[in-house]
Amino acid sequence: MVTTFSIEQIRTWLEEVKDPEIPVLSLVDLGVITHIEGSERSVRVEMTPTFVGCPAMEYMRAEVIACLQKHGVEEPTVEINFREPWSSDKISDKGKAALKKYGLAPPPDNRLFTDLEVLERAVCPRCESDNTELKTPFGPTLCRAIYYCHSCREAFEQFKPV
Amino acid sequence: MNTVAIKELLYKMADDQLILGHRNSEWTGFGPLLEEDIAFSSMAQDKVGQSYALYQLLHQLGEQEPDTVAFTRNANQFHNCQLVELPNGEYDFSLIRHFLFDTAEAARFELLTRSSYEPLALLARKIRGELRYHTLHANTWIKQLGTANEESIARLQRALGEAFPYALGIFEHSPFEAELIQNGVFAGEAALQDIWYDRVRTVLAETALQLPDRDHVNPAFGGRMGKHTEHLQPLVEEMSAVFRIDPTAEW
Repeated sequence: MVTTFSIEQIRTWLEEVKDPEIPVLSLVDLGVITHIEGSERSVRVEMTPTFVGCPAMEYMRAEVIACLQKHGVEEPTVEINFREPWSSDKISDKGKAALKKYGLAPPPDNRLFTDLEVLERAVCPRCESDNTELKTPFGPTLCRAIYYCHSCREAFEQFKPV
Repeated sequence: MNTVAIKELLYKMADDQLILGHRNSEWTGFGPLLEEDIAFSSMAQDKVGQSYALYQLLHQLGEQEPDTVAFTRNANQFHNCQLVELPNGEYDFSLIRHFLFDTAEAARFELLTRSSYEPLALLARKIRGELRYHTLHANTWIKQLGTANEESIARLQRALGEAFPYALGIFEHSPFEAELIQNGVFAGEAALQDIWYDRVRTVLAETALQLPDRDHVNPAFGGRMGKHTEHLQPLVEEMSAVFRIDPTAEW
């Protein structure tokens, strides 16, 4: 029997693959899967990194291939390119909600982001206060910044707008 | 389009990012405060990653694999400007260098978002957003320490005097300058330097620091042609030590 893999089906499978640094967020919701092509037997996926220097990219590529093979795709290929560059606006609403629940402030809308001053106004994911202060635009991974909340007096991280 | 000209452009950019990325990584564990340790380490990771992406473009144009290019050349085969190879010195020098270099680099990638060489334009559109965090970091600290107290101002002023001739060396003209401009690949080093000078002056105007007059300083040229200071070869040897012992090692 010859099967043709549908794009919706492949997308559903890829929901199982999570960001290795943020295990509640799937690669689909993170927005790094930029193109899917299914045909008889084979599947081709294009991905793009959140940050050019992201060290998790090869790991994610391997996870995508393993996931597709598990679902019976014999010849999955993954290409990493910058054709459709990632921005934090590519994180889905579902992804943003998952980030917040995980304790990471989701990135503000990048379309409004003309100046980095927007960074000064992160909302605390714990108490919703905007009485917060940027401590450093660099955090434990390239895509996170560190803040301090003056209301609940706790440090928190934000997924950076890019 | 002349690929020799494009390769020359890509090599100098990639080598700048790799060498400064390595210097930034030397702050890991030694930052004057934890946030600065993390900042320089993160910028190191960004820059080395960006150099990898640029070496990939070179690979697509027929050059060797990124690791081979990065780890098997001697100092005189590198095209980075001399500014990035200078030792870190004290934090004041590293901060001034970071400010002068990243202001230029951010402007370079902004110009390249309109490059007629499509693979570079795509990459530049991506990198531009990342570099905003580097210039934010540099500008914040320059403004803060450039107005803080007598010692911080004197230290930054001295570092600025030392780094400035080398910073002008960033804009050493390529033999392919006219061709790159004509073909719309890159707006050229002279145009870049004007944007850079303007931005540097704007930030320094908010501090007590005096910007040297670029018309009265001799630029430290040579890096783009493989002429380097005594500091590059030891850096290259340290950076490639593992690769030279075992090129097949995975780490």
